[in-house]
Amino acid sequence: MNTSDTSGTGNTLDSFSKSAGRQLLVYALMSIAGVAALMVALSWASSLTGGASAGSQLGVDPELNMITLTLREEPPQLNSTLQTDNISGMVIAHLIEGLLRYDHNNQLAPGVAERWESTGMDATFWLRDNALWSDGVLVTAHDFVFAWRTAVDPANASEYAFILFPLENAEEINKGEMPVEALGVTAIDDRTLKVRLARPTAYFEKLMAFSTFFPIREDFYNQTNGRYGADAHELLYNGPFILSRWVHGANLRMEKNPYYWNPDRIKLDVIEFPYITSDQNALVNLFTDKKIAYTTLGAESLETALEKRWHLERFMDGSVFYIEFNFRSHRLTHNYHLRKAMQLAIDPAELVYKVTKIPGYVPAESIFPLWLRGVDDFFRQEYPAQKITPDLEAAKKHLEIAKRELGISEIPPLVMLTGDNPISNIQSEYYQGAFKKNLGLDIKIDKQIFKQRLAKMTSGDFDMVLAGWGPDYDDPLTFGDLFASWNLNNRGRYNNPELDRQVYIAQNEIDPRTRMEAFAEIQRIIIEDVVVLLSYERGLVYVTDPRLKGIVRRQAGADPDFTNAYIVDAAN
Amino acid sequence: MLRYTLKRLVQGVITVWFIATATFIAMHSVPGDPLSNEKAVTAEIRANLEAKYGLDKPPLEQYFIYMGNLVRGDFGISFTQQNREVNDIIREHFPVSATLGILAIVFAGLGGVLWGALTALYRNRLPDFVIMFLVILGISVPSFVVAAISQLSIVNINTLFGISLLPVAGWGTIWHMLVPSLVLGLGTMAYLTRLMRSSMLEIVNADFVRTAKSKGLPATRIFTNHQLRNAILPVITVLGPSIAAITTGGFVVEFVFAIPGLGRYFVQAVQQLDYTVIMGTTVFYGAFLVFMVIVVDLLYGLVDPRVRLE
Repeated sequence: MNTSDTSGTGNTLDSFSKSAGRQLLVYALMSIAGVAALMVALSWASSLTGGASAGSQLGVDPELNMITLTLREEPPQLNSTLQTDNISGMVIAHLIEGLLRYDHNNQLAPGVAERWESTGMDATFWLRDNALWSDGVLVTAHDFVFAWRTAVDPANASEYAFILFPLENAEEINKGEMPVEALGVTAIDDRTLKVRLARPTAYFEKLMAFSTFFPIREDFYNQTNGRYGADAHELLYNGPFILSRWVHGANLRMEKNPYYWNPDRIKLDVIEFPYITSDQNALVNLFTDKKIAYTTLGAESLETALEKRWHLERFMDGSVFYIEFNFRSHRLTHNYHLRKAMQLAIDPAELVYKVTKIPGYVPAESIFPLWLRGVDDFFRQEYPAQKITPDLEAAKKHLEIAKRELGISEIPPLVMLTGDNPISNIQSEYYQGAFKKNLGLDIKIDKQIFKQRLAKMTSGDFDMVLAGWGPDYDDPLTFGDLFASWNLNNRGRYNNPELDRQVYIAQNEIDPRTRMEAFAEIQRIIIEDVVVLLSYERGLVYVTDPRLKGIVRRQAGADPDFTNAYIVDAAN
Repeated sequence: MLRYTLKRLVQGVITVWFIATATFIAMHSVPGDPLSNEKAVTAEIRANLEAKYGLDKPPLEQYFIYMGNLVRGDFGISFTQQNREVNDIIREHFPVSATLGILAIVFAGLGGVLWGALTALYRNRLPDFVIMFLVILGISVPSFVVAAISQLSIVNINTLFGISLLPVAGWGTIWHMLVPSLVLGLGTMAYLTRLMRSSMLEIVNADFVRTAKSKGLPATRIFTNHQLRNAILPVITVLGPSIAAITTGGFVVEFVFAIPGLGRYFVQAVQQLDYTVIMGTTVFYGAFLVFMVIVVDLLYGLVDPRVRLE
């Protein structure tokens, strides 16, 4: 039985194992050769299907005048009338230009329109005679009329149709009560666009730089058969760059648009996006390997960044985060004193500086973030928010009053609805702990993934919900009307006629001071009536290749903006 | 053989139908609304969106419409990428995942057989100990850790040499395929090594090996025809389920190495409640795996003459 069993325990291999080992080596070499051949075959096959290309460029290439960047995800929608997300917004803003645009100082500047006039109830734009589409055809006033009509057309079902509501009849058309032709925009001739407004709109000009107002040429749109913006060749460009390649889910390539009316402004020839990933480690690795010119950094990679002595920059992305209360009458959070007790029992500064500890974040003191402009200066400089300092004694008194008013001896556990992500987890646990410790209140955290959380928010299935808001346009109203009784995003159904009145003033007045005073009132009401518990204004940290200059960051609109970027080779 | 194949194919179709139906029911029972978004929309727009995706109809009708389209091979339009047909998503991204998967399987299969045979030959000697230690590591360390470590290693090696020897991420050339497919196949390779080793050791002392030796057959022939060929059977048996693990487990590797495969759509669609993409990817993967298992079973009959396919 044991004739060959000694092979394993003996000091030398028997002859059988030796020749078997040699044979195995032959098989191993054959396998390696086979695998190599297979890989060549597969890469040849994948180049046939077009799934391949790109991925080995330099982050900054002064010779080709090209930079390489990443996208967090595949742009979901490049049809400007339907786009809602930041990534698509960033891409579109490099490809298409509206009547106006934001320049490198974030000031409103002429785009397709060379000049304009507005009287409050109407506006006229005179288009330049050298603004061309990427097929050489002139951009005309009709292209704007078509795009805007498409955007409000209920059949198009754009989620951003509301942003056109300042236009005459836009809301009625969107509700299906009027035909799209009734929209308050007319092409007097190819180069003159006349706009009639439904109400005086102080921020109307700024909207012209927003992507929903970008032009679309009707004949091209119709020719794409409902696939406008679905592929690089199904999109027409009039902006600084054209999309010369778009392999879905894999990579994009932007090239300088030879037909752009202001070629001198555009310094880069090519922007490549060969990587679509949101993996923080991958981004840091790519940047370390000098394969990309820019990346944002998550909290987990900051240590690496500091070790490598990268030059870090901070930027407030413009959004504000808070806890929204449910004001439906059967909810305990309907009670003012309960909310007030909670407001006095927490400290956003502690949350930001001691708990979340993410650089760039600042404690929120108002629903209006710091970057918003007021009359002459920043709004928050002109109208500082009322400061709330934590006061446990007062908080407990309010809690007692709340119990008495509600007719209960103990507050039952309150449901705090939150998203399923690291920052929401830290935050909800901090609040849970703080309310327990300071007020003896029990909080039940209801953690839900994105769509489920939205469903519960909409149906009102919560006492409190961790929420946030980013700007849709560059005016305090984008935050100011959030808690108006008619706003569908007011998921807690807060209803206060005084706040509604102030929102109405802010919507309909033109005079900046009157409007800013209305916003100051809204700010006061939201803090005093404890409509929300303010948490933080979000910031982000990013790092850029030192040879790449001229990136413009902005809170409302396309960000980051590489249209003004350029390469300085001196650092080499 | 033909009858058996046909029978298996019919069973496969029924399995796929069952997968589709179960997914459809599960998807519609999950709370949440695929059309909801951070910003609320008016009732009119909502109604138009529902009409566009056919969600305004009763679920049973939706089911029959969906099955009708499925038979015609039409998976519908994505909810999150409203311009893209699910068919396009699968057509564009599955080849990438398949390439990665094929390579990973080949790595795992060849590596498993070779290492397994090697450790069996060198049982209880140094190569055996070293390889088996690595095997335990390979089985127990999750792929996202392996992926992250190997990517970091690439960066460090590139930095050390001052040139890009291997790409950090991305897709397109042979070099992009190498590390991700190795990482993807590593766990399976480790598992197969262990399987192959024990299977070899069982056969080392089998009667037919002894007979062959006493007949004086050349060692290489005994090793190849009598030992390897018999020992490899259990490996082929588990290769079928391994294909399932590798193709659906590609998500992590695709994510870390920024590879445009189908895996990320498969995972993101569930988070986004993208009905059509969930259905499309699930049914497609389901059909694919059912098919692969049938292929492996048929292969088994070819490799082992003792197995009769009835």
